[in-house]
Amino acid sequence: MAVEAKVGEVIPRRRSIPWLLAAPALVWLLVFFAIPMVLLGRESLRSGGLANYGDVFSGYGEVFRRTFWYALLATLLCMILGYPLAYFIAMRARRARNVLLALVVLPFFTTYLIRTISWVILLSENGPVPKFLRSLDLLGDSSSIIGTTPAVVGALAYNFLPFMVLPIYVSLEKIDRRLLEAGPDLYASNWRTFRKVTLPLSLPGVFAGSLLTFIPAAGDFVNSTFVGGTTTTMIGNVVAENFDSPGLRPEMSAISFVLMGIILVGVLIYARLLGTEELG
Amino acid sequence: MKKRLSRFALGGYAGLVIAYLFVPIAVMVVFSFNKPRGRRNYEWNRFSLDAWKDPFKYENLRSAFVNSLEIGLIVTVIAAVIGTVMAVALVKYRFRGKGFLNTLIVMPLTMPEVVLGFSLLNLFVLVDQQRGLLTIVIAHVMFCVSYVATTVKARIRGFNWQLEEAAADLGATPWRTFRKVTFPIIAPGVFAAALLTFALSLDDFTITYFVSGRERTFPIEVWTEKQFPPQINVFGTLILLAATVLSVAGVLASRRQTARSMK
Repeated sequence: MAVEAKVGEVIPRRRSIPWLLAAPALVWLLVFFAIPMVLLGRESLRSGGLANYGDVFSGYGEVFRRTFWYALLATLLCMILGYPLAYFIAMRARRARNVLLALVVLPFFTTYLIRTISWVILLSENGPVPKFLRSLDLLGDSSSIIGTTPAVVGALAYNFLPFMVLPIYVSLEKIDRRLLEAGPDLYASNWRTFRKVTLPLSLPGVFAGSLLTFIPAAGDFVNSTFVGGTTTTMIGNVVAENFDSPGLRPEMSAISFVLMGIILVGVLIYARLLGTEELG
Repeated sequence: MKKRLSRFALGGYAGLVIAYLFVPIAVMVVFSFNKPRGRRNYEWNRFSLDAWKDPFKYENLRSAFVNSLEIGLIVTVIAAVIGTVMAVALVKYRFRGKGFLNTLIVMPLTMPEVVLGFSLLNLFVLVDQQRGLLTIVIAHVMFCVSYVATTVKARIRGFNWQLEEAAADLGATPWRTFRKVTFPIIAPGVFAAALLTFALSLDDFTITYFVSGRERTFPIEVWTEKQFPPQINVFGTLILLAATVLSVAGVLASRRQTARSMK
């Protein structure tokens, strides 16, 4: 063997072997993922050129702002709910660890739409949640929850919570426990140890979890359709409603590209803020 | 004392979050026993076993569910096979172009589903492909392959592939080497990936919505009919039960395997 392979890795006898193995999946991804993306880009410039993009910004600026605001709020909510849970499972749960992880994942084997319909039942006009809040005088008799921003954000956060919990759990679990013991040994308070050691070491998990929550939330239209109302339209709703009218396809394609573009820019800024560029 | 209190608070908070995860699931199960007043199963009326006694009452719901199971099986077989061989290529061999392949397989996972669905629809319209069963399978395999390749890759990393050569050196035929060495290594990962694929295919709504045409999968049927009889909850509960049984079996199997390898 001329070249040394890494431990476990093998130099292929013929150069074509790995490519032959990868070929079926590679072709599938090229034909049904990469090429459609290129075609979508071309479609977004049809019958109007770059002006299509101008139309998108002037016509749907408000919807875009709302979409990313909701996605951001849902991601923050997932962090607030998910981080302590992941911390508890990784640091405190010991023997119950696998059971708790299973409990986090299990609800998500229930059909997505049915989960969301359950929220409709819970939040609807005479549903249990509004009734409960009214009994505590936290909700006026004439106001409702369904159809409002908190309903949509809450349902979005619910549907993507495991995607936040699992990566944070993985990054917390990987931390060398001796580092955590070093903090108190050097007379740092628990809070200080958490802030200076645990939290920074778990940031890769927080980063991954945020992306896995934010991206699907920004593209979602199921939650705003079921638990939202006319004032909670998200950009996914626009695409979902107009996708089958041929005349609107260039505009919908442009919307898709703007959506992906804003997500990409957001991810890059976020990576810079957290200092996790090397995660790539 | 203070420390104990903070531990207690953390445990309590974690418990509340778990409860939040399960409230809608509990609602789903409870409402499968409801006898709704109208056609919409939104308000609790009274306990009844009607939906459980007659889960196939609505023919369109039944056929959509069967469709989903069929699509799930086809997608699982295709995606598990082509995703696994790609994962093996990526983990086992050192070759040029690996970085490109690794990037390509994670790309679909970083895109909003609306965009994936809409771009596929656009492709099918351009090439004049009628939307239906075939296009649904194509779309599902596309995003499932990425999950399979990623899952299998993670499971088989770090294995010493020179063992295969050792088997060959000792006179084993390629088929025997595959059966005795390669397959046992990749099997647990492939099994996990196949389960995940089946679950993802069964549950996918967004991408399917764009490419299904007149074909109805279970989620599409639920969406289109917009009337939610308790039968929907029965199906949902059954899916949940199946997933629970499978994951418990998975945990037990991996425990037994660990125990065996400890001996």
